[in-house]
Amino acid sequence: MWDWIKAHVLSEQFGFSLVLAFALFGAILTAVAYCILLERKLSAWVQDRYGPNRVGPFGLLQPLADGLKFLLKEDIIPRNVDRVLFILAPALAFVVAMVGYAILPWGGRFQWPWAEGSPPLLAQVASVDIGLLYLVAVASLGVYGIVIGGWASNNKYSFYGGMRAAAQMLSYEVPMGMAILVAILCTGHLRLEQMVEVQNQPIGPVSGASWTVFFHPLAALILFITALAETNRLPFDLAECEQELIGGYHTEYSALKLALFFLGEYAHMITNSGLMVAMFFGGYLIPGWTWLNESLSPWAMLARIGVFSGKIALFIGFYMLIRWTLVRLRFDQLMRLAWKSLVPITMALVALQVVIIYTGWSRWVALAGNLAVLLIAGAVSLASGSPVTGRQQSLMRREATGPGAAA
Amino acid sequence: MVTDWKDRDVLYVDQPELTMTERLYLPQVFGGLKTTLRHMFKKRLRDETVVQYPEQKRVLRLENYRGVHRLNRDEQGRVACVACFMCATACPAHCIHIVGDESPWPDREKYPIRFDIDELRCIYCGMCEEACPVDAIELTPEYHLVGTSREEMIFDKEKLLMVYDRTKDMKPRKNPPITGYPSTGR
Repeated sequence: MWDWIKAHVLSEQFGFSLVLAFALFGAILTAVAYCILLERKLSAWVQDRYGPNRVGPFGLLQPLADGLKFLLKEDIIPRNVDRVLFILAPALAFVVAMVGYAILPWGGRFQWPWAEGSPPLLAQVASVDIGLLYLVAVASLGVYGIVIGGWASNNKYSFYGGMRAAAQMLSYEVPMGMAILVAILCTGHLRLEQMVEVQNQPIGPVSGASWTVFFHPLAALILFITALAETNRLPFDLAECEQELIGGYHTEYSALKLALFFLGEYAHMITNSGLMVAMFFGGYLIPGWTWLNESLSPWAMLARIGVFSGKIALFIGFYMLIRWTLVRLRFDQLMRLAWKSLVPITMALVALQVVIIYTGWSRWVALAGNLAVLLIAGAVSLASGSPVTGRQQSLMRREATGPGAAA
Repeated sequence: MVTDWKDRDVLYVDQPELTMTERLYLPQVFGGLKTTLRHMFKKRLRDETVVQYPEQKRVLRLENYRGVHRLNRDEQGRVACVACFMCATACPAHCIHIVGDESPWPDREKYPIRFDIDELRCIYCGMCEEACPVDAIELTPEYHLVGTSREEMIFDKEKLLMVYDRTKDMKPRKNPPITGYPSTGR
């Protein structure tokens, strides 16, 4: 039996992908549950508290207790909701967030010791040609769960939440797409695993060190900002902001449906972090560790999965730190940030990378160009004076024309 | 000359000019992250702040902590209340209900045959204690107030006297004035 599994399941890409898909699904569900614990712990530490520490040692069993609680809560469906969409929305939010893992390059190429000579397998669920485009398409579908949930709830606050999420998603897709384009142009590949392999090139004597972030730090930063917006994390959580919209799109949700929204949000965070790690932060690579970066042994594959997950975890932690550091942007500030700063900056970066490709200049020109773009953007923002909102503008116009003219 | 109240009371504040780093925003983000990280990695700060409640308890100021009410007993163990209705009148939440009757004792005219406080309605403001002419009703430092029904949370005379018996060692009755008991405790 074991021999049969070895020969026909584990040694073939399809069988292995299937096994990996199920393993990842379980692992990521657990990771999501523990993300919520981590979030609570981190926010507690930042606020000089201990956080959950009653269930199990250091509160490590808290996710179980939370899950049980969500299961046992009364599942309320208000009378005036659109039932079909109301039930569909959390499922959509969750499924769409989970689908993205398929193309993340978890472990790179490897070979089983019993299958020497056969072509190496890829420790990745699916290696598709359109790679990144698939991920971008699927990731932005995530907003459908939120919009549909907000619409189906038949509640003003939920509706506002959904509307804001849609507008935010539309705006931030643009700089996100262009930041991704910069990485695609820089590495020359759409497949994520090939992007990682390109980053495996040595810089000087150090192997596996040519991470895209070293050439395009600004693009990486912008991708991170847009990822915060895509996942509706603070400072961009306008879709659910408690002070204004109660709970935003999930105001009317309870029990497991609410939990699904949360799971979806955290799963989305993991996908987005994985995307950033693979594109800009060298995927599973660690500079200078040739065995990890190159070896075909299954142990190296496992280590690479560990490194990739570790990098994702670092990003998740950073998401959470940002949450407790920055205040939420007003809606007009959100839009201004996207359309007036991020979009022009990413446009400049794309143009820069295109010029570098066309002229065949060294990749280090990109770094200098990034810094130049950052400096120019800073200078422009300093020179352009304080931002003026539409309301302030109309007030100023009224003052200029006198009180009679406004009436 | 009468000055306008606006000139006296209103303080006009101009919007502060943003400094250069504030306008660039990004340096300020890193400054904020520094603060966040500092708090995150300082275990001492949370050790000083957090009280692990059921195991540890806060140190209370016994004289003026406003917890559950009690009805004091006088030196002979009788209820000290004279049913004057001052507390019920002073109560902003209307949670005190007294039924008074002629007193069997020679030293006062009335005493309460019923004295109910709805602890769920009470806002623990301490007005009843202020109003009481004989210092019969007092708020105690007891704050674990639990019950399984609303009826159970309406404390009658017996219950309030029991609270007195429980707490008299921690906080003696004010009248006659007793001083020198520890001012803090758990």
